[in-house]
Amino acid sequence: MIDKKYLLSSKQMAEFVARGFLRFDELVPTELNQKIMAEIDAGGIKGETAGTPLSQCYKGSSIRTLLDMPEIQGMIQSLVGENPLFDHDAIHVREPNQGAAQGMHADSIIDTRMDFDIQIMYFPHDIPLEMGGTLLLPGSQYRKVNEMDIARYQNFLGQIPMVCKAGSILILHHGIWHCGRQNQTNQRRYMFKVRLNPQVRQLRLWNTDDLETAKGAREIFAGQKDENDIQYILSKSEPWFEDASGRLEIVNRIKQWRFLTGDDSFDVHYWLSRLENRPSVSQSA
Amino acid sequence: MMARKRQQVLVLYLANSALDSGVKGWTSYDGTGKKNYTTGDSLEAPYKTGLDALLDGWRVIQFPQLIPPYPGEEYSTSFMKYEYIFEKIVEID
Repeated sequence: MIDKKYLLSSKQMAEFVARGFLRFDELVPTELNQKIMAEIDAGGIKGETAGTPLSQCYKGSSIRTLLDMPEIQGMIQSLVGENPLFDHDAIHVREPNQGAAQGMHADSIIDTRMDFDIQIMYFPHDIPLEMGGTLLLPGSQYRKVNEMDIARYQNFLGQIPMVCKAGSILILHHGIWHCGRQNQTNQRRYMFKVRLNPQVRQLRLWNTDDLETAKGAREIFAGQKDENDIQYILSKSEPWFEDASGRLEIVNRIKQWRFLTGDDSFDVHYWLSRLENRPSVSQSA
Repeated sequence: MMARKRQQVLVLYLANSALDSGVKGWTSYDGTGKKNYTTGDSLEAPYKTGLDALLDGWRVIQFPQLIPPYPGEEYSTSFMKYEYIFEKIVEID
């Protein structure tokens, strides 16, 4: 088990539940970025059979060094437990001066589980806007869609092109909508991705020291504008949310937070408590 | 001689079922071949509302139907619900 100080906080977990990703800029040291780039160019990065424990993967590779960084172990252990399973990996390459971007999609196939896989995306070199970067749609992870069925959608308010420095990391919920943006430079663009499956129930795996204070009040519209308040984090709308479906996204987040904390009484702004009110007591005369 | 005409298509994803509600997402296709639109190619919406597109000469050719949720799926979310499709017919050389 990694030292507690490297585990995610409740606030970070709530951000992940709300937006479907966490971002860590320039986390990986330059020397390791260079080693991994050399390994990519030499075709030396090899995954394992799907279902292999992650601890048995990438032996002798710089990717092992990357995954063993305490900060990355902390993220992995907080989200999918100490020794998740390797699902698959890929080195995504976007060729220079491409005519079009990849279509918007969610990976794999439609997946309605409350349990979730994570995908780690690692950007080994600088990505300026004209090089593209992976495009993310924050808060899209609970939408029930099947892979490229959403390829018709070109742009959304609030979409995030991953423009970053070398060594940056994204951790994604498996359902998030994304695509590889067009690379309009003369250089190839690389991104390494690995998908991990939990082997344990995803219940309070992070550093929960701040959980009780973070829980806060349950009143309607409680916890407004406090960036440390879990209810506030889970209630924040994304710019692309439609009026009505945006409210349902908050319900999706409440359900995910209940799953992760085991607290079935948790609510945000009374959305679920109201629906769960089923009085059984008769009124006395 | 008849002018040659081509269709330009604009798809706007709106905040609710009203045509004058805000634009949340957008997609374009150009039948003249002059522009190649693709995923993630713009960060700003072409119009603030669907009505603004009409005011700029686009003709709306699809209103999204209002379909009740399937039983058991009342709280689930999926595709964008308010997909309005517009067209312009333009002459080419």
